[in-house]
Amino acid sequence: MDDMMFFTFLAALMGAAWRLATPLIFASIGAVFSERAGVLNIGLEGTMLVGAFCGFAAAFATGSIPLGLLAGVGGGMLFGLVFAFFTITIKADQIVVGAALNLLGMGLTAFLFRTYYVSTGKGIEIAQPVHIPWLSDLPFLGEAFFRQNLIVYSTILTAILATLVLYRTAFGLTLRAVGEHPKAVDVAGRNVATYRYAAVMVGTGLAGLGGAFLTLGHSNQFVEGITSGRGFIALAVVVFARWSPIGAFFVSLLFGLFYALQLMLQAQASVVVPYQVLQALPYIMTIITLVFVRGKGAAPSKLGQPYEMR
Amino acid sequence: MSSRPFLRIDNIHKRFGPIIASDGVSLQIDEGEIHALLGENGAGKSVLMSMICGMVRPDEGEIVYKGVPVRFNSPREAIRQRIGMVHQHFMLVPNLTVAENYILGRGSAFRVINDIDKVHAKIRELSDRYALDVRPDALIEDLSVGEQQRVEILKALFNGIDLLILDEPTAVLTPQETDRLLTLMRDLVADGKTVVFISHKLDEVMRVSDRISVMRDGRVVNTVSVDHTDARGLARMMVGRDVGMELVRSAAAPGRLVLSVENLICRSETGLPAVRGISLGVHAGEIVGVAGVSGNGQSELALALSGLLPVDSGRVVLNGKDITGLAPARINAHGFSHIPEDRHKHGIVQSLSLSENTILQRYDQPPFAARGMLSRRAIGTHTRDLIKRFRIKCHNENQRIGDLSGGNQQKLVVARELARNPDFILVNQLARGIDIGAMEFVMEEMLKQRESGKAILLISTELEELFAICDRILVMFHGEILGELPPDRARLEELGLLMAGKTADHSEQPTLAG
Repeated sequence: MDDMMFFTFLAALMGAAWRLATPLIFASIGAVFSERAGVLNIGLEGTMLVGAFCGFAAAFATGSIPLGLLAGVGGGMLFGLVFAFFTITIKADQIVVGAALNLLGMGLTAFLFRTYYVSTGKGIEIAQPVHIPWLSDLPFLGEAFFRQNLIVYSTILTAILATLVLYRTAFGLTLRAVGEHPKAVDVAGRNVATYRYAAVMVGTGLAGLGGAFLTLGHSNQFVEGITSGRGFIALAVVVFARWSPIGAFFVSLLFGLFYALQLMLQAQASVVVPYQVLQALPYIMTIITLVFVRGKGAAPSKLGQPYEMR
Repeated sequence: MSSRPFLRIDNIHKRFGPIIASDGVSLQIDEGEIHALLGENGAGKSVLMSMICGMVRPDEGEIVYKGVPVRFNSPREAIRQRIGMVHQHFMLVPNLTVAENYILGRGSAFRVINDIDKVHAKIRELSDRYALDVRPDALIEDLSVGEQQRVEILKALFNGIDLLILDEPTAVLTPQETDRLLTLMRDLVADGKTVVFISHKLDEVMRVSDRISVMRDGRVVNTVSVDHTDARGLARMMVGRDVGMELVRSAAAPGRLVLSVENLICRSETGLPAVRGISLGVHAGEIVGVAGVSGNGQSELALALSGLLPVDSGRVVLNGKDITGLAPARINAHGFSHIPEDRHKHGIVQSLSLSENTILQRYDQPPFAARGMLSRRAIGTHTRDLIKRFRIKCHNENQRIGDLSGGNQQKLVVARELARNPDFILVNQLARGIDIGAMEFVMEEMLKQRESGKAILLISTELEELFAICDRILVMFHGEILGELPPDRARLEELGLLMAGKTADHSEQPTLAG
């Protein structure tokens, strides 16, 4: 009986882990793109919030989740465009601009939400798990892996696609070169700024998508500060994953596991640890992993540095 | 060699802000020749060549290539016209393979890379044809500097070239690698290509070129055929006056042991093993040289000795006192002077004045400070004295040091370090970035220090510098000292082999000097 309980717990835990990892997977794979091109966007937290808000607002107005997701991506990219303009065209410090955008993202979404939506008190219809014949009905495995909504499943596709683009296309090759030796790219006849813009757009678009998942596939409401630090954790995931998209997928899953564990332990009456400690688990794990992971050698060598054209 | 002007540069001007890089350069390159461009640092050689390969646009003037006036807006356009350039700082992306570097920027930006096998085949074919030993699937970061240079040359061949420009190609090579490169240049010319070769080394220019153009102050001073000149004449053209090529020095008279290093081991800033058990001794009144291709642990050795890098194990003893692991300020106080390799990082503070830079280590000591306040007068007098003695070109002692030329900055560093009257002087790259005139001066200064009984350790990648003033030369390879040689040019080949890590047959000969 105890074994049964344990397996039920484990299956639920793994299902929740993937779901909770989803926003991190999108945001961190996006960050892999922009960091590979040498752009460190610490404004991901604000970008995800904007994505979450835009996704919510669009779905609220139209009732369509695909449109909501699209709006999340669009909102993220619009925010990314601001970041790219200041860091790539104006060559402002990436950290300063990123910090400013985090504040802007928090303030702007809180303001708009309070102005237009908080009084309605209404939520939206979120994406429902899809039932896959046979697989979803498997004992244990069904609960653990095959009762997710389409957005969660699409993370696998995103990771594979990101890997193919980064390692199998001329675009990806040039992108990786831009973060290591931008001048060589310049000499080879490609515009470094264009590639950095593109990388930031991919990064913020995916961060926006990750944010939108929070309101469209997880909670049915926008809440101020709904991302609760996921943008920053995504940056840590990238370091742990040594700037690889597949790595980002699995490291995100690990962090998803911490989130899920934290939630489920809170629900266990037998656990006597104060719930605040459990809530802090993902953040504590972030710090611990960053202390133990020495990813520095793998970092793009021009990460965070503007490129001066001749 | 045809007489048709293959490339004609006519009255080119180029300014970067207040700096005039090209001041009406005119030059003519013939088809199928090896044309050397000789000149001191800052003479405008690299900028001129950057204009030919589309990296920099001239302000005025005309470039006529194969009889047609050209104006390249990007390196890509120059490559399309079959002009290739190997830059001093390689344009290779370290985390990509050789083949990936070659296809960078080629074809549609969004294509899927599916032709890499064909690229590999073409690279192998070219590599075999010119005996370049380039593996297409090697990662750039795994290659030595010499190998990377061959990758760069092969890249130009891969793109297809009629004109190859090499910017200071031998600066990073061992003598054997240099020989190999010079042979390759001959092969390329035999294949109908034209080679322009930038250098400041007289001997290799004399060895390989057909014609030599000497640049000074942004102009071509003269173009001569190699048969009608000699090294001394070229040096005169470079500097604009006669240069004493031979320094006079007395026989070595080593005194007491000043610095001894025992089995020193340390890692680089990135945590990789860099110095793997080095032992050496430097006596009063001798200059000991450390030769080696850059990147073999010399930088780390210098930093570890001066206290700028932690020591893992081993001992450094100066004047009988153990200085291992002490802070740089404490080490300095024991009579240690350091003329660093990277003066911008470890030698000077660019935004401070000459005066302030002069007292960096002694600002809190009399006469420069009294009762906790800086004494402007004493500092000014001391700095003016150094400026005069070392002939540093500047407006006054309160000028920002960053505005001086590299040679004058270096002179100030040398002046400051010698003024502290040390017992031991560690020099890493004495003449880096300075012109022949200044080089001659600082070398003479080093010899004077030797006469006065100082112990000097001179780390250098410039063999000429080592041969000119050292009493014995240690060769460093992979963080170890592989051997010791007298400063005898006749032993150059042996030195080169040691620099390449080959110790096989050197045990036959006794290698103790002086």
